[in-house]
Amino acid sequence: MTNVNPAIEARGLGKRYGHRWALADCTLAIPAGHVAGLVGPNGAGKTTLISLATGMLAPTTGAIEVLGGPPASGPGQLARVGYVAQDTPTYAGLSVADHLRLGAHLNPGWDAGLARRRIEQLSLDPKQKAGRLSGGQRAQLALTLALAKRPELLILDEPIASLDPVARREFLQVLMHVTAEQELSVVMSSHLVADLERVADYLVVLVASRVRIDGEVDDLLATHHLLTGPRRAAATLPASQQVITDSHAGRQSTFLVRSSEPVIDPAWAVEPVSLEDLVLAYMGHESGSLQDQRLEVHQ
Amino acid sequence: MIWLTWRQFRPQAIAAAGAIAVVAIVLATTRQGLAASYTAAGLSACHGHCATDASLFLDRVGNLDHVLFFGSVLLLVAAPALIGLFWGAPLIAREIEAGTHRIAWNQSVTRTRWTLVKLGLIGLAAIATAALLSLMVTWWASPIDAASLAGGAAQAAAAGGNGAHVTFSGFAEARLDPVIFDARGVAPLGDAAIAFALGVTAGVLLRRMLSAMAVTLLAFVAIQVLMPNFVRPHLLPPAHFTAPMNIQHQQISTNAGSGLSTIQLAGSFNKPGAWVLSDTVITPSGAQSPDVVVTPAGPELTVLPKACLPTPGFGINGAECTSALSALHLRQSVSYQPASRFWPLQWIETGIYLVLAAGLGWVCVWQVRRRRTP
Repeated sequence: MTNVNPAIEARGLGKRYGHRWALADCTLAIPAGHVAGLVGPNGAGKTTLISLATGMLAPTTGAIEVLGGPPASGPGQLARVGYVAQDTPTYAGLSVADHLRLGAHLNPGWDAGLARRRIEQLSLDPKQKAGRLSGGQRAQLALTLALAKRPELLILDEPIASLDPVARREFLQVLMHVTAEQELSVVMSSHLVADLERVADYLVVLVASRVRIDGEVDDLLATHHLLTGPRRAAATLPASQQVITDSHAGRQSTFLVRSSEPVIDPAWAVEPVSLEDLVLAYMGHESGSLQDQRLEVHQ
Repeated sequence: MIWLTWRQFRPQAIAAAGAIAVVAIVLATTRQGLAASYTAAGLSACHGHCATDASLFLDRVGNLDHVLFFGSVLLLVAAPALIGLFWGAPLIAREIEAGTHRIAWNQSVTRTRWTLVKLGLIGLAAIATAALLSLMVTWWASPIDAASLAGGAAQAAAAGGNGAHVTFSGFAEARLDPVIFDARGVAPLGDAAIAFALGVTAGVLLRRMLSAMAVTLLAFVAIQVLMPNFVRPHLLPPAHFTAPMNIQHQQISTNAGSGLSTIQLAGSFNKPGAWVLSDTVITPSGAQSPDVVVTPAGPELTVLPKACLPTPGFGINGAECTSALSALHLRQSVSYQPASRFWPLQWIETGIYLVLAAGLGWVCVWQVRRRRTP
């Protein structure tokens, strides 16, 4: 990546609707060159953050920069960011070919060859009206439109939330393929960790309109540990071990801790934590058990 | 951006082109008869005082042509409203409703440009459509308009006695008549521009296509009522005409039931094609005479001088009555826009609408720029 600016950088970013803060005090820097997952329960502020990043919303407080520039500040800035909005909107009355023509007319950096190849690979009929495409095909068309403008950053807002499992897998495969092919940073939101687990190497967990944790996936996994051992209070753990969740059953205690140092206490059985468990732990309340949270999220 | 605007507008453009073609065919095929009848009445060869020929021609205008005359007026009032409803209101509201603005606003084109191109191109199409319709209708109706202007309508009214025929034909006031005015010349262009701009603005502000259409219709109707009734009469200072009432041919009539006698008065105002704003009978002090009531047939004096009241056995002394009436010094006072003001009024009104439309366009751009919808 030649770009030294973060893909998305926010400082004290907040967005208020009436009395409700959809996003509050959000400070983060998603580095460029990553596929970043933005995960959190519904209503956590994912769409708000993405809308702020694409300039569809203006912040109430703080500031946000995308690739070092204010979002949607001009044709140049717009050209650098591809956006696949929630529910992947397309012009129902326009054909697939019309959408490609639209992209060609509105984007100076349009890659017609790429667009055509993608439509062929997807075996979409160029004459087909977008309104008659399946949800998966529509999402693919929206992705093609965003990719063929050759952006430096691709932002996707729950692009696969409404797709069936097959279409979902196809979409993610295409996404992984093109991000490897093009030099492209990706920020993608989802309320399902499983979707992101396969593609993301950077993670932002957004809960109740605040960023709970963010970082590279490898780092996150390396610094979180699941400890099981004789029952004890969370407060008795060393200061270097930040307790994310604790659960107690009978004489046993289980802790999910964040610690940059390895845990060497022989009293503990130390296990690595899966990305899904980690995210669920951060999504859950301080006192909630992992198991309950998992059920809640899966429902 | 131009391509996308055109591509999205294509269905509406095709519908409009079809409608214009139908109107053109109907008007072109029926005008021949109208022109022939105009020539037959001797009007094409007439110079100077043509009122008689004109009234002859207007009397011969057939039923179909009457329907077309008023149908074309209706068309030119309805066309801008339809443009506002079906071109203006959906232009941006439909994008926001369908969520496609999220595509449009994330291509490498700023929202300002996106809005300006849409507004500019479709706005021009709206104005061009209105221009085409106005041109066709003005051409079609030119024999009738010319005959009305030549005084034919006024004469036909006089011949028709109580004017019932003229009220039906509506030819009396010619092009300056509030109903006809918006269907001639450049006025339809301004109407189309303001209706379109109202539609787009309502769509941008309300973000719902149907409510935007409803508001557009209401606003446009309000404008069409306010303009001819309260604004247009004052766009240019009205001309005034005052002259003594004509009392030479008084006709005293007595209501059998009430026993009240009235005298029919006649004014001498005769300016073909003028738009009469007010027509009153005034006393020497300049105040409106309280003894005069205006009936469909004209002003009537209800409180008669003594000399004009019939005395049993003697009748009326005509000379004494006339001098008694003269002593009242009743005058006709008319405030009007002369026929020659047609084009100045047309240009002023169209100019006002175009400026207002441009202002609304600015509101649209400003709103789209600051509109932040996820």
